[in-house]
Amino acid sequence: MIEVGANLPEKVFYLDRELLKRYADASGDQNPIHQNEEFAVSVGLPNVIAHGMLTMALVGKYVSDFAGGSAKVVEFGARFTKPVIVPADEKVDLTVTATVAEIADGKISLTLSATSAGVKVLGMAKAVVLQ
Amino acid sequence: MLNPDSVGSTFAGTDSITVSQSEVDAFCAVIGEADTTIAPPTFTIRITLTQFEEILTRPEIGLDWSRLVHGDQKFEIFSPVKPGDELNCNATIESYRVAAGNEIVTVRSDLHRDSKLVVSAWSTLVVRA
Repeated sequence: MIEVGANLPEKVFYLDRELLKRYADASGDQNPIHQNEEFAVSVGLPNVIAHGMLTMALVGKYVSDFAGGSAKVVEFGARFTKPVIVPADEKVDLTVTATVAEIADGKISLTLSATSAGVKVLGMAKAVVLQ
Repeated sequence: MLNPDSVGSTFAGTDSITVSQSEVDAFCAVIGEADTTIAPPTFTIRITLTQFEEILTRPEIGLDWSRLVHGDQKFEIFSPVKPGDELNCNATIESYRVAAGNEIVTVRSDLHRDSKLVVSAWSTLVVRA
């Protein structure tokens, strides 16, 4: 039984430059801040950063897994508060957890948390899935 | 700077977009999703962000895409998107404001299949000062 207030198990995804390139190709977002360190630094970023939408796609996978498939996800939103920084030749974590916020009308609302290197990278992250 | 007169305008997508199996496969592979019969919840960003860029960078609207960061994103999914779907989308510039020199614009894309709304997607985009 899922109850309001229940904490869902944590899942850790790992991101590296290769995954960013694959997401760029899969999403069509070829912004060089997600691939080219020299360019990223030239526009004031600390290093290459992950696409906010890659972070959200991975959190979406967490939500789909909880719900029992992508088809059950009916709402999903988040604010991109801090970038996920992806240095060359490193794997960085994206650690996702969730709390059940509401169960009503056949739907479960989740409050989601996503951090990388201990820093919160999404704000106001919420999803609603079919029960 | 974005032309403030464009706020509230809706722009029809020119062509219908067919969701291919290969693009769903590629998106699923990145996130480790084994079920490729349904597009993952954020898949339609592939369609909507391209559409927003095309519209917002038109000379008469004038957004500077090169200084853009993604502020927030929301999807409402009324019916799951699947490979083979033919989607029509229109985009609406919902709001615009300038704060500390940053331009903040919220755009909504409505994706339809057979004239039925399947996904509404909101992107808040920030052009840094």
